[in-house]
Amino acid sequence: MTIAIPATPAPAPRKFGIDFSKPVLLLFAAILLVLIVMPVSWLVFYAFSDKAGGFTFDNFRQLVTDAAYLDPLLTTFELATLSALICCAVAAPMGWLVSRTDMPLRRTVRLLVTASFVTPPFLGAIAWELLAAPNSGLLNQLYREVTGAAPDSHLLNIYSFSGLVFVISCYTFPYVFVLVANALDRTPGDLEDASAILGARPWDTARRITIPLALPAVLAGALVAFLQAMTLFGSPAILAMPAGFHTMTTKIWSLFQFPPKPELAAAASLPLLVLTIILLRAEHTILGRRSYSVVGGKNSQPRIVRLGLYRWVMLVAAMFVLMCPVFLPYFALLNAAFSRVASQLVWVGNFTFQNVHFVFYELSATQLALRNTFTLSTMAATAGTALAVVISYVTARKAIAGYRILGFLATAPVAIPGIVLGVGLFFTYTRPPFVLYGTLWILLIAFVTLSLPAAYQQMQSALHAVHPELEDASRILGATRLRSLWQITAPLLRTSVIATWCFIFVGVIRELSAAIMLFTSDTKVLSVLIYDLNESGDLAAISVLGLLMLILTFGIVALANSLRLGRGGARRQVAIG
Amino acid sequence: MTKRFSKRDLLKGAGALGLSAFAVRAAAAPAAEAVTPALIEAATKEGKVVFYTAMDLQFAQRLGKAFEAKFPGIAVRVERSGAERVFTRIGQEYSANIHAVDVVNTADQAHCIVWKKNGWLAPYLPEEVAKHFDKKYYDSEGLSITTRILVSPIAYNTNLVKKEDAPKSFKDLLDPKWKGKMVKGHPAYSGTIMNATFEIARDLGWDYFEKLAAQNVMQVQSATDTPKRISLGERAIMVDGAGYLVIRYKEAGQPVDIVYPEEGTPLATGPSAVFKAAPNPNAARLLQNWMHSREAQQLIVDGARQYSPHGQTVEKPGVRKLADIRLMKEDPEGVYAQADAVKKRYAEIFKV
Repeated sequence: MTIAIPATPAPAPRKFGIDFSKPVLLLFAAILLVLIVMPVSWLVFYAFSDKAGGFTFDNFRQLVTDAAYLDPLLTTFELATLSALICCAVAAPMGWLVSRTDMPLRRTVRLLVTASFVTPPFLGAIAWELLAAPNSGLLNQLYREVTGAAPDSHLLNIYSFSGLVFVISCYTFPYVFVLVANALDRTPGDLEDASAILGARPWDTARRITIPLALPAVLAGALVAFLQAMTLFGSPAILAMPAGFHTMTTKIWSLFQFPPKPELAAAASLPLLVLTIILLRAEHTILGRRSYSVVGGKNSQPRIVRLGLYRWVMLVAAMFVLMCPVFLPYFALLNAAFSRVASQLVWVGNFTFQNVHFVFYELSATQLALRNTFTLSTMAATAGTALAVVISYVTARKAIAGYRILGFLATAPVAIPGIVLGVGLFFTYTRPPFVLYGTLWILLIAFVTLSLPAAYQQMQSALHAVHPELEDASRILGATRLRSLWQITAPLLRTSVIATWCFIFVGVIRELSAAIMLFTSDTKVLSVLIYDLNESGDLAAISVLGLLMLILTFGIVALANSLRLGRGGARRQVAIG
Repeated sequence: MTKRFSKRDLLKGAGALGLSAFAVRAAAAPAAEAVTPALIEAATKEGKVVFYTAMDLQFAQRLGKAFEAKFPGIAVRVERSGAERVFTRIGQEYSANIHAVDVVNTADQAHCIVWKKNGWLAPYLPEEVAKHFDKKYYDSEGLSITTRILVSPIAYNTNLVKKEDAPKSFKDLLDPKWKGKMVKGHPAYSGTIMNATFEIARDLGWDYFEKLAAQNVMQVQSATDTPKRISLGERAIMVDGAGYLVIRYKEAGQPVDIVYPEEGTPLATGPSAVFKAAPNPNAARLLQNWMHSREAQQLIVDGARQYSPHGQTVEKPGVRKLADIRLMKEDPEGVYAQADAVKKRYAEIFKV
């Protein structure tokens, strides 16, 4: 495949200067094609190839007949289903609490959910090892201390199927929460008002009006949670092996061990890809239907359900839920970072800076990984935002014929799980004409591709809020499209652009599943370094690096938030999902 | 200077004997090389060396720092992961034509057989190796040198298991009382475990592992992780793993102790090699040379608590002498031939 760059721009139809928009747009379409179509094509090619390159169905036959592949497939399915159910059971009521009740500290709860959303799942899994490893875990030690139970009895065992389901749910429920809370925020209060006027008690209204209205969002959330759980690499990579099983993602990764079996890896990746596409179609249908039910009528403020004394009970319940993804794991990491022995509580006797010193002054991989992560985050955020701005502009303003294709291409990567994209990119860029493996470029491509759909959606909704008449005025006065974009639209979009930039930046810091396929020793990033340290059980060093990662992340999130608040806060909070 | 002189000498000698060029290439050991000022200068100009290793991270970094202190201006970048992952990594990078590694130190001799067959290694024989290393500890063509000798014993947490109750043999581990209390490394990640698995399967049979798997063993990746798990008290007994770390943790006051199993203790020697396509060829040779000097080798004894192949190193008390341990026989050719079969069989038995 080649990138088509027109040698000369099309002749200018306008009086005032040349309009570069067409060539620019063609270029962007070409970029998207290279980003998405090439890796997927190679993936499909390999999946149907034998060792010699001939056509075969053998890879798939092996996939469904060999227990070594079938078991992970079934395990993954169970895992994703259970996680999705748990996420919905927890996140839907929480979304309702923060959106429709007078529970105290609702803003704080939203912020804490954001915190669990940006926490890398693999880091959460490692933190939960520190907490709930059956014997050395802090919570199990506490349990034995309190109950006087026998030395080898335990309350929790994180090295188990249910342990993995729990940890995955911890870091997947925000997806459901955001969908539900946003849907409820947007649902006008008219119907609830009507219900109240007709004499229904608040609980009845909630049960008969609010919940049915929110149900599509819950269903969509369940699908998204299922997808996340199915394609997650980080948590299973940490917990599944000690628990004695594989998931699809860890199996795909292990197929690259020497001697590599790329054909099988490709074949194992395809079901994930196909299933993702199907589920996303389903989600689209469900959410699409929901919008009919709330169209029309003047929006009124949603009615707030007064919980009375129960609001405190609910707050305690919400905080209890948030202990699992946030408070407890962060505490465990902080403890391990400054403890001589990771499984002991820090006290005067065993407090140490040794781990911090080791990470920053002895561990020679730290500096490079930090530099790579920072470079990649910055570059991916910049390139991704630029792509998202241009494409969303084109689709929102219907600037060229075929704008729909651009929009579709920008959304398409949402269907490609990180590890699948990693495998596809590995095939694409380890061979001529584009040998990018071993450079930061291949990681940049992966990160931009993975973050494009969400960035595009954010920018598109921001652009819809800016009426085209301002641009029209500018163009009537003779400016080219690019100039009016630059001088009129861009300043209006500044806040959204910065928010999108930060969003991508944070996403790149925590990315592991594509990075693990594409890194080389020179292009190692922080997440991969942490994964390597986990292999040898260097928990203290992991904790220090993990905290560093979290500080970096929250710094950026705080920056994004302060900028948004600085703009008056009139605009709805940018969806974190 | 020395280098050029000795090479010419060698060629002259070979010519005088009338050997064919092929025979010279196949059989001749390269001339032993000293650390010359010219080498140091060239290495310092390169300024860095990339060291892929399977040694435990703390010691690998310590070794790197010692090298940096000895030769200021050359930064050592340590890339640590399990030997089998190091092997995969190098294979993946080389097949994509990426030559990032200067010096490798693995824990699996079979890797060097592969690299040698691929023609990826550079011959380099440090002077001290020629003088003080037994011939079995380096390749006849100088392509790889054994840097460290390690054993994979059983070990236990002394808080959780009394000395008299501790298992004495691999067979003891099959006792139902240890069910759910053991941790084990994985041969697809660790070279030490790959060799240990090969040796145990050969000597005790694969059905031993089948019975062991029924004991509900916790599976981790690296041989350097199992000692950490028992020292944390996460599991009472380690089936295999880095014996040297158990010794280090014991010396640091942690509640762990070693058992050398009656059937014999698995043995793995960790070779190092310089790559032909090393991006920092001089720094690579300097590191390879220094790593096998008495100074660095003594550090391997004192600091890493592993065994050294260097004849002049002094044993540090507190660890059983290698000669006094009943060892299983290491078989690099066997591991080379069967590594894939071992991994496959292992995955079938332990499900991971």
